[in-house]
Amino acid sequence: MAEGARTIRFTLNGRQVAAEIGTHETLVEILQQRFDLFGARESCGQGLCGCCTVIVDGAAVSGCLYLAAFADGAAVETIEHLGDGGTLDPLQEAFIETGAFQCGFCTPGMILMARQLLDEQPEPSDDDIRHYMSGNLCRCGAYPEIIAAVKLAARKRKGAASG
Amino acid sequence: MTKPLQRGQVGRSARRLEGRAKVTGRAEYVHNLRLPGMLYGKIFRSTVAHGRIRRIDVRAAQAMAGVERVVTGEDLHAVIPNPYYGPAFHDQPILALEKVRYAGEPVAVVLAADPHVAEEAAQLITAEYDELPAVFDEVEAASSAAIVHEVLKPAGIFPDLKHLEGRKNTNVALDFHLRRGDVEAGFAAADRIFEHSFRTQQVMHTPLEPMVSVADAGASAITIHTASQSPSFVRIEIARLLGWPENRVRVKVPYLGGGFGAKLYIKLEALVAALSLLVRRPVKVALTMEEQFFTITKHAATLRIKSGVAADGRIVARRCDVWWNGGAYADVGPRVTQKSGFTAAGPYDIENVHIESYAVYTNLPPAGALRGFGIPQLVWAYESHTDLIARALGLDPLEFRRKNILREGRPQATGTIMRDAAIEAVLDRLAQRMKWREPFDRGSGTLRRGRGLGIGFKASIAPTTSVAIITIAADGSCVLYSSTVDMGQGSDTAMAQIAAEVLDLPAEAIRVVHPDTDVTPYDMATLGSRSTYHMGNAVKRAAEDARDKLAALAAELGLPPGSNLPWPELFRRKYGMQAGNIVGVGSFIPSYASPDHDTGLTANATPFWMIGGAGAEVEIDTETGAVRVTKLVNVADAGTPINPAIVETQLSGGAIMQLGFTLSEEMQFRDGQLTNASLADYKIPGFHDLPTAMESAAVEAQEHGGPFGAKGVGESGTFGVSPAIANAIDDAVGVRLSALPLTAEAVWRALGEKRGEA
Repeated sequence: MAEGARTIRFTLNGRQVAAEIGTHETLVEILQQRFDLFGARESCGQGLCGCCTVIVDGAAVSGCLYLAAFADGAAVETIEHLGDGGTLDPLQEAFIETGAFQCGFCTPGMILMARQLLDEQPEPSDDDIRHYMSGNLCRCGAYPEIIAAVKLAARKRKGAASG
Repeated sequence: MTKPLQRGQVGRSARRLEGRAKVTGRAEYVHNLRLPGMLYGKIFRSTVAHGRIRRIDVRAAQAMAGVERVVTGEDLHAVIPNPYYGPAFHDQPILALEKVRYAGEPVAVVLAADPHVAEEAAQLITAEYDELPAVFDEVEAASSAAIVHEVLKPAGIFPDLKHLEGRKNTNVALDFHLRRGDVEAGFAAADRIFEHSFRTQQVMHTPLEPMVSVADAGASAITIHTASQSPSFVRIEIARLLGWPENRVRVKVPYLGGGFGAKLYIKLEALVAALSLLVRRPVKVALTMEEQFFTITKHAATLRIKSGVAADGRIVARRCDVWWNGGAYADVGPRVTQKSGFTAAGPYDIENVHIESYAVYTNLPPAGALRGFGIPQLVWAYESHTDLIARALGLDPLEFRRKNILREGRPQATGTIMRDAAIEAVLDRLAQRMKWREPFDRGSGTLRRGRGLGIGFKASIAPTTSVAIITIAADGSCVLYSSTVDMGQGSDTAMAQIAAEVLDLPAEAIRVVHPDTDVTPYDMATLGSRSTYHMGNAVKRAAEDARDKLAALAAELGLPPGSNLPWPELFRRKYGMQAGNIVGVGSFIPSYASPDHDTGLTANATPFWMIGGAGAEVEIDTETGAVRVTKLVNVADAGTPINPAIVETQLSGGAIMQLGFTLSEEMQFRDGQLTNASLADYKIPGFHDLPTAMESAAVEAQEHGGPFGAKGVGESGTFGVSPAIANAIDDAVGVRLSALPLTAEAVWRALGEKRGEA
């Protein structure tokens, strides 16, 4: 293990885990190389595209900039946690139903960010969605479908809550 | 074989087969791949635009703890004697040899088990160059004394490049000429002459999954896992480089995180193959977003266009001169030059046409195909030009187009007769969706509004081949083997729908096997909107072959024709148990006639025509020059869509990408040094850049040569966007921008010039 190595312990998708890490390693690297979780992925490497979005203690972070060492003691959630019991999250369903992805590379980040939006604002307007999601890029240009998916998911969540 | 549309697999908006894998983050990309013993390669790049390599000092890098090996171009000769590759020219070295030809060119690679170590060590490499005069502008390069390649080396695949073999002292990598009628006589007879010059900027595909390849070499075989749009080409080219038969090279491609033309031909595959052969371990090279800017780009171009117009408003003669800035290596630029040359005069019925189209080497990062093979650059020029003419003549831009448009059955500039090209229908639908004939709010004060149109067309790349295999297992389940790459365009779903239609199965029940050249048959590549038409036809034929073989099996078993015995029962009766396979094979290559070398004319330029039009409404802030697109309408002829929802997302996605190329994206260079190679400084469209209102639609149409009437649509959404917006800006504030991108600064400066403040 390289200089500056340390052990971190954290909750990953509801499970207690530990990892030997270097202090220079990012959260995305650790998730991929130590835990085989590839849903958060590095693209721009500058925290500008949202492909590496991970939820740390309930807040979305750019996993390509977030040092793994900071996750010590935290609760980390990745896209793989959604729907891992077999039932998809309403957002995941809505993305499929509205065709809100093409290549799929940005999709996990989009879904995690949209879930945070719906947690804060259960019935967002188009403008709310554009504003909140503006840190997530989709080069395939599925933006109109993503906006439709977030609104559909909002209705699904509302239906589930009242039903 | 013709069959009416009745089963309903084709023509329905089936959800994508891979939806669940993508929304759960579990879709397979090459980025996810790690192999035991794998090394990571990090590239050291040239810092000069043009220079002879005097010395590369790798000692410090090699000495660093954890570094397995440092490799330079000269080291590659041990495994590849002649390490030059390329689809049109064998001009690109795997790592620079003798010379570097652009700043950012790969010069050396560090291999280490830890990518951080490789990256740090790469920064310890130094190189010294004897700098050579460099040339960056495409027009200047066409006659410059600064020569990028001493000798031209055509690959020998394309007949129209053979005459360039061994040519020296030139940067022109292809000159395409088209002569129809007598353009000078046409100008002489015309009532008015219009001449304009336009420029487009160099931009980058920016797939969010940066390029990545992994090679795993054994003594007599090599496997390459790569994010590639052209697995069959990779296999053939690697086999050629190694001097091996194709069957010792295996190329596997899972999903791609976007391609757009960036991941075609050879990108990192030759490099990882050579490295893996050298060190006898698996090697992965994954680019950063920054490095993608130094790998492949879209051609900047200079376009001059001159038209003669008769008193009745008909265009009677047109000359187009186009210089394509190919950068330091040809890649597929000569194809862009020729294929786009066919249609450089636009979708208009013009008797006298003269086109000159030049592929030119410069000392910039290489340019290749990007969602349109040069067409968006051409449409930018000819539709801006068309609008300028209409304005000068005081004609409505829609009516001027309608008067001159190419109609069904008329010969296009190459002489090829237009068939199944719904140009007029696209224009009509555009006018209707834009409410063109209704009153329009032109704004007031410092907010001015305008609207504009643009329409373009494209000849599909030809001739190209696709092969597909369909197997039916003894339980009746069906597998489709195809080398078409699903990079987000939805080809898995569309191909499954085509097979399902023939076999009367639900598309969702068909398993689509991703490209693996040991398993899936040949396909030219996933490019140029060719897959739906070419692979679609091959899949349809493979499914028909399987269906015919099932019928033959039933007949062999003594069943009456039309018997509906379930397939598993057929197998049981034939083999006595759940055993056996039906294997259906289909292959497709359309007819094509190469253009005459001197005149560029041909009776058969393309298997199908792609048509795309856009209408834009804009709002201009005259104080800042800011352009807001308030409405964007995209209409295309997609034939009869296999999957209407996916067609619509292809159209709107293409248009949004083109919005970036129109309003913000531009690779900026200073003395050949790229200064904005990051998403912080190179702005691709985000949520806030969406037009306020956006509509996309395919007109009702049918492509008679396509599977179930369909044709390609991946590029059509890009065609009209740039000129539609420039035309709308002119309509709003009376200034004409002739160079992309149409930034607030460009508009603001043009407004200043108009007021005489320049």
